Amino acid sequence: MKIDIILAGVGGQGILSIAAVIGEAALSQGLYMKQSEVHGMSQRGGDVQSNLRISDQAIHSDLIPTGKADLVLALEPMEALRYLSYLSAEGWLVSNSVPYVNIPNYPDQERLDAGFSEMKRKVILDVESIAREAGSVRAANMVLLGAASPFLKLDYSELEAAVRHIFGRKGESVVELNLKALSMGKAIAEQVFKS
Amino acid sequence: MNRLLLLGDEAVAQAAIDAGISGVYAYPGTPSTEITEYIQSSDKAQKENIHHAWSANEKTAMEAAMGMSFCGKRSMVCMKHVGVNVAADPFMNSSISGIVGGLLFVAADDPSMHSSQNEQDSRFYGRFAMIPILEPSSQQEAYDMAYFGFELSEQLGLPVMLRITTRLAHSRSGVVRREERAQNVLHFSEDPRQFVLLPVNARQRYKKLLAAQQEMQALSEASSFNVFTPGRDLSKGIIACGIAYNYLMENFPGGCPYPVLRIGQYPLPKAVIAEMLQTCEQLMVLEEGYPLVEEMIGGLLNQGNKVTGRLSGSLPRDGERNPDIVAAAFGLKTNKSYEKPEVVLPRPPALCQGCGHRDMYDALNAAISEYGDRARVFGDIGCYTLGYLPPFRALHACLDMGASITMAKGAADAGLEYAVAVIGDSTFTHSGMTSLLDAVYEQTAITVIISDNEVAAMTGGQDSPGSGRLEAICAGLGVEPEHIRSLVPLKKTHDEMVKVIKEEINYPGVSVIIPRRACIHTLKRKKTASNEN
Ligand SMILES: Cc1ncc(C[n+]2csc(CCOP(=O)(O)OP(=O)(O)O)c2C)c(N)n1
Repeated sequence: MKIDIILAGVGGQGILSIAAVIGEAALSQGLYMKQSEVHGMSQRGGDVQSNLRISDQAIHSDLIPTGKADLVLALEPMEALRYLSYLSAEGWLVSNSVPYVNIPNYPDQERLDAGFSEMKRKVILDVESIAREAGSVRAANMVLLGAASPFLKLDYSELEAAVRHIFGRKGESVVELNLKALSMGKAIAEQVFKS
Repeated sequence: MNRLLLLGDEAVAQAAIDAGISGVYAYPGTPSTEITEYIQSSDKAQKENIHHAWSANEKTAMEAAMGMSFCGKRSMVCMKHVGVNVAADPFMNSSISGIVGGLLFVAADDPSMHSSQNEQDSRFYGRFAMIPILEPSSQQEAYDMAYFGFELSEQLGLPVMLRITTRLAHSRSGVVRREERAQNVLHFSEDPRQFVLLPVNARQRYKKLLAAQQEMQALSEASSFNVFTPGRDLSKGIIACGIAYNYLMENFPGGCPYPVLRIGQYPLPKAVIAEMLQTCEQLMVLEEGYPLVEEMIGGLLNQGNKVTGRLSGSLPRDGERNPDIVAAAFGLKTNKSYEKPEVVLPRPPALCQGCGHRDMYDALNAAISEYGDRARVFGDIGCYTLGYLPPFRALHACLDMGASITMAKGAADAGLEYAVAVIGDSTFTHSGMTSLLDAVYEQTAITVIISDNEVAAMTGGQDSPGSGRLEAICAGLGVEPEHIRSLVPLKKTHDEMVKVIKEEINYPGVSVIIPRRACIHTLKRKKTASNEN
């Protein structure tokens, strides 16, 4: 078993908290993992990504080769498209739909949508409004993770346990919020999956 | 087995703690920062009094580590590659004096310049100083090598370099720890001449260093970090250094058909390379950084082009390695199912909304616009370097830490009428103070803006040793008190700032303007921390 994930977003959006939950779930299943992160200059509002690799066998490269990713998981639509060339033919794209506009020439919606058009295996959702429904926009990351959960090859219960563990320090209500966000994301992805 | 999930940087830190260091000395710099931060947040460091405060710069860090080693205790020094330039003087001399307590010198290189001004390769410094270099290929190896590095250092009586690169430093993986070792007890060198590098002593020490080369070579030949794996296809032999090995194996998941030598410890093991040169038709060198090994093996003329790599053109000459680049070097195809759509645009980093540097640049631009080409702004290294980018386009230079002030001085000496330096608080105390003294000494007409956010923000908000005393430092260096002007950079103080900047750039001597407002991220972190307590 192996799963290669590219997590993408804009510096400050918090893609690493998603990586932390997946990583913890993988580790508790006794799997190998490597996760490269971007620290430094780009964290000031630039494009950031994290390569997360999980396998039941030792992993060599910290970086995922072109065309080999099983999943691109993005908190921002243009950032999702940035890594399309890494996605394998069978890979899935799961992305937030709402742009984060911090450059003057950000593409308009139509051109952005066109970028996604040739992708068949995709789940695109407005993670913030779903998180708001779950209780707080702060759980947007977990909505996205929930939407990716059907493609992760990890037990959903392990993801839940990891959420409990990671957010436990912040109290039961924060844990519940994030678990709810996770399951709402999951429900949406399962709909897409069925159709 | 209990595996800890650690960044490469954290693995180095954990190993140093387990190996019994008495102190870490460092100045922050991507990708090395998390080593020291890990030790700072470790319980053991607090309990057992392991030194972990930031140093003012890399040179002071190296010297303090040497002081600790002088007392027989183990110490570690960490920095980014360009920091090695700053520490170069004590570093080069440390291999002459040698050490007493084990000293591990960690240099974190940044190929592809993710957060740096260049991609220099610290292995050259290791060779220059004639000390062993360890270069890990995984987080586990980073741990093992750091742990071993202290032993090796004490065995040879020399500092040892651990060289890592961005990808390893900032990638997490499982790491198994070794047994914890107690700190050394205080003890001194038996040779009272050892650390006094007067020529008469230094000549003796240098001979000792030269003599130690043979032992270093023998250790490399036998090192378990230099691993040879035979292969059936002798049309090529591969020499893969550090993490380049991973990119090789990624492309040959079923095993590499060629003989492979993985390098983790330098000096290079000669015997096995000589044998590969004999038995293989060609040698391909995969290394992260400059073509150091390729050049050493190929020599100046590389007759017959037997050795290939970055110099020969088999791999790109610059930038970081990755699995795709290595695949291409072997003629292996990567299968792309999708292309990156054209609609994707670059998203460069930018100053945060609400950052005080923004207000400072707005005021500076307004104050000097009327002078056109008669004014130039010399920038420095930190978040404020982003003032080069739109919408500010405020900077004309950025070279190295501290250079803003001294370049402004040189430009003023050359006849530039309005020479302005923009520097941050941490960079100022790193190496701007001596620059300022040069200007004070000659009463050069420059205006220095110390844009003070009370931390080193670019590297994650580390304490800045000058916090709370910048005015006193400037006055102490001889800047006239009436030309040290402190301000709060805000939208509502814009007009006042413009006025002050105009006044000071028209003063024909040294003036310092200090716009001071805390970094918004540090403020936020402090608030969250106090809410949680
Ligand atoms: C010789 C050297 N050491 C370390 C660094 C890494 N570095 C880049 S910016 C920076 C912090 C600068 O802090 P400050 O001047 O206060 O500016 P701020 O980022 O807070 O605006 C550091 C440590 C470097 N580029 N060069």
